[in-house]
Amino acid sequence: MSVPEGWEAVIGLEIHVQLSTRSKMFCRCPNEPGGEPNTRICPVCTAQPGALPVANRAAVERTIAVGLALGSEIAAHSTFHRKNYFYPDSPKAYQISQFDEPLCSGGELAVPTADGDDVVGFERVHLEEDAAKTVHEGGGGGRLTGSHGAVVDFNRCGTPLMEMVTRPDLRSPEQASRFAAFLRETIVALGVSECDMEKGSLRVDANVSLRRPGVTELTTKTELKNMNSFSYLERGIARELRRQAELYDAGEQIVTQTLHYDPGSDELTVLRSKELAHDYRYFPEPDLVPIEPSAELIEGLRASLPELPAARVRRFERDYGLSLAQALGLGIASGLADYFEEVAATSGDARSAANWVLNEFSAHLNEARIEPGESPVRPAALAALIGLVGDGTLGSAGAKQVFAALVAGESGGDPAAIVEARGLGQISDTGALAAVVAEVVAAHPGQAEQFRSGKDALIGFFVGQVMKATGGRAEPQIVQTLLREELARD
Amino acid sequence: MSLTPEDVRHAAALAHIALEPDELEALARDLAGILDHIGRIAELDLTDVPPTSHALDLVNVLGDDVPREPWPREQLLELAPARTADGFLVPPIGA
Amino acid sequence: MAAFDVERASAEGIARLLDARELTCEEVAQAYLERIEALNGDLNVYLHVDPERVLARARALDSEGRAGIAGVPIAYKDLLCIRGVPTTAGSRVLEGYRPPYTATAVRRCEAEGLVELGKTNMDEFAMGSSTENSAYGPTRNPWDRERVPGGSSGGSAAAVAASMAPLSLGTDTGGSIRQPAALCGVVGLKPTYGNVSRYGAIAFASSLDQIGPFARTVRDCALALRVIAGADTCDSTCVGPPEPIELPDREDLRGIKVGAISLDGIEGVSPGVRESYEAALATVRSLGGELVEAKLEFSLTPHALAAYYLIAPAEASANLARYDGVRYGLRVDGDDIFAMYDATRERGFGREVKRRCLIGAYALSAGYYDAYYGQAQRVRTLIRRDFDTAFASCDLLLTPTAPTVAFTLGELVDDPLAMYACDLFTLPVNLSGLPALSLPCGLSDGLPVGLHLAGPAFSENRLLAAAHALEGAFAFDPRPPALTGAA
Repeated sequence: MSVPEGWEAVIGLEIHVQLSTRSKMFCRCPNEPGGEPNTRICPVCTAQPGALPVANRAAVERTIAVGLALGSEIAAHSTFHRKNYFYPDSPKAYQISQFDEPLCSGGELAVPTADGDDVVGFERVHLEEDAAKTVHEGGGGGRLTGSHGAVVDFNRCGTPLMEMVTRPDLRSPEQASRFAAFLRETIVALGVSECDMEKGSLRVDANVSLRRPGVTELTTKTELKNMNSFSYLERGIARELRRQAELYDAGEQIVTQTLHYDPGSDELTVLRSKELAHDYRYFPEPDLVPIEPSAELIEGLRASLPELPAARVRRFERDYGLSLAQALGLGIASGLADYFEEVAATSGDARSAANWVLNEFSAHLNEARIEPGESPVRPAALAALIGLVGDGTLGSAGAKQVFAALVAGESGGDPAAIVEARGLGQISDTGALAAVVAEVVAAHPGQAEQFRSGKDALIGFFVGQVMKATGGRAEPQIVQTLLREELARD
Repeated sequence: MSLTPEDVRHAAALAHIALEPDELEALARDLAGILDHIGRIAELDLTDVPPTSHALDLVNVLGDDVPREPWPREQLLELAPARTADGFLVPPIGA
Repeated sequence: MAAFDVERASAEGIARLLDARELTCEEVAQAYLERIEALNGDLNVYLHVDPERVLARARALDSEGRAGIAGVPIAYKDLLCIRGVPTTAGSRVLEGYRPPYTATAVRRCEAEGLVELGKTNMDEFAMGSSTENSAYGPTRNPWDRERVPGGSSGGSAAAVAASMAPLSLGTDTGGSIRQPAALCGVVGLKPTYGNVSRYGAIAFASSLDQIGPFARTVRDCALALRVIAGADTCDSTCVGPPEPIELPDREDLRGIKVGAISLDGIEGVSPGVRESYEAALATVRSLGGELVEAKLEFSLTPHALAAYYLIAPAEASANLARYDGVRYGLRVDGDDIFAMYDATRERGFGREVKRRCLIGAYALSAGYYDAYYGQAQRVRTLIRRDFDTAFASCDLLLTPTAPTVAFTLGELVDDPLAMYACDLFTLPVNLSGLPALSLPCGLSDGLPVGLHLAGPAFSENRLLAAAHALEGAFAFDPRPPALTGAA
């Protein structure tokens, strides 16, 4: 149990998502990850004197779309504020962010689980700008002309950053990581971000506290920063819960602080908090004007929202009779879900389609490191393959061979043609099989005798011999019937 | 509300301006005088008056998401007081 | 070029002589460079002049051909960024800084063929009313070298007054164009907020700053405004004028309701200024203007001054935070990044800038925001309402521009509150975003007095028309006697 015995965990998440717009938040430098240091910069994102911000329309619209997807209230009047702090990654020494008038307030995300929907509420979703990257000397490359220190790269500076703050609704590390992972899929489905934790386009912080069951007030919380995978998030929270319980048990108090989790050592370290770091002196950003989204804009964005993973998972369960695990496996990534639905519709056999897509097809995608749309196995071909199994033309062994041939691109990707070319069709012609059966029985008189005297299990031996003789193509049910007829005769 | 030297020290820390003791004292005196005067604004009862942060009644000024050619790196990097071949060099950020 | 007298020249007149080919752009540029050469050592008007660049530009216009006001020289306040040209904002912290880009207003001037003469002195980061807060020494008033030219755009005002440029640009946050225009006897206009792009103007207080022109005549002022006004995709707050800026030609004020603000109960206005103001009101009547008594309940009280001196420093404290020694400008080394910040900003900023950064940080800091900054924003609402009410019953509002004529160097430099009071009449329009201009209306003790005309948002054409009519009646001679015949 990852929540210490006798305690209730109270967890809220702050999720930062880099929006995949073409240009930056407040200037029109290209918004692309990576690149040679300081090659995507201009007077605005390096805060030259006199430079002014202009907010990116696409970033505003994407944030509103996310709010609509979560059922948030979209602000009728939203403003940007300056959040003042000095740090070399912040060229203006203030971040343009939002304060008391965020674009989206409230909303929730329902994560489908076996016990029903796990609903987590949001406080807000707002828009701000990402900071530059500082690389401590030695890690940055490049010839130094000064003394030791750090090197600043402003490429990332000004990337549109959507901050999502949940309510403290989460009660365990597992729930938190499952929620975060499902939120990621939801954002990806909305097409607003790559959400790649390794590359930092999705960053998750957790606010963690403990209280006794039954207590409703919030207790002192700590903040865990920047855990860069869902499993580290889970482990980091579990570790912090343990630490807090130990402190409480020892009669000590929890101090509000920011912690860094090292998954290698399973240790938490306190991040040095500058004494004044929290007096941000927010005030309305005078260089930008308010945003008042029109009803037309909001309705247009709402109409263009795709089906979201939560709804799709529940629909797959309902309409296709899939298990929750299958529905989750297929429903969260839109590429796989669309593929599955096409196979299911064409084949008319949703369960087989789900099995094939989740097993062989997913394995093939993983191996080839491709997306569903890039696979040589087209949905129509997989549907045809399912049909050939269904009508008895192919057994499971043969079907796998045909799938492998489809992956290899044989016979124009047509399963029937592959069956033909490779001679994989199941032999269900009673006349042809009867001859083989007779031969097999004649070749093993001893075993036949034993069978007749009651050793019924030997039927398996005879089936195996027939299969061997037919290269596995014999239809097993017919073989068994013929064998029993032949052995009964003597 | 009158201004204390501690307030001035706090403001100087927020503004990241180092102040020698005599400069701090002089500024504290200046600022106390100024705030005694302008601080009277705090006594007005304006609870029913909404704040104005901008004289302009303008909304929804947004830029189209069309990237432009970024600046040549050297044009910005050459302005830096200290630099590497490809970055802005700063003193250690601290432990 | 015998016919060309820089002391009597106007931009319009120069353009006419260039059109008539009685002068070349090079001859005009040369005349101003000579004037600068003769006077700048004493007056400290320009911080940077590159004669070769000026002449090269003028010669290029002569050979490529010109039209309109192309070839007329112009000076820029040293907080307008020009690519590759030293731009300091009057501060040590930007010594040697050469911007990588050019301000929109300057680009618009370049596109019209105005010839850049150089960069003019100013109070550091536009904080001041005397130009004594420049890190590069004070500018002297061309009417009396022992007196200040006003500020913060003192260099730009003095340049036009001393015929060291026929036109110049400044910025106005609380009176920084109009007050020095008044003290130097030239015309200075602060446009409606949103008329001129602020892109490339080094920010002091972003919700108040506006670029505007100085000129010898109202028509020149209109000409310059026509060039610089216009929407800009680089400035979210700039929409440009709703209708084209016209060249004024009115000779009377018939049909115009002029609201006069009574000076009764307003402290600190000198008798000479009161006298000139009364005389100006009489002139309004004589020109057929309908003079009505107007009231600003709140805008001329100490609370309005307080609101300005909280809002402007609050915005400035954030705007000036970027001078951190990382990307450009001065760096004073320290053991770590924070020590470097602290030392750079201590060395880089002058006393007044430090005062305002500290007041701003304090007014925004936890626990004080509501009492100071928040309260100032509410006063700002009252000031806006004041003007709405006033303009419901008149077309223009008149006051003096400054409570006194030019004061002597050093007189107010150690008395910040007395210095702040110079902006009493000018700062309310900044808080309301309205247009206003200062027009020389006479002399008091041999020093110019300015008349302040304010109008509703985007009423520049009416403002300029009225000012043109008054200008004709005042017949003010803009030539400082002290400089007559110089160079």
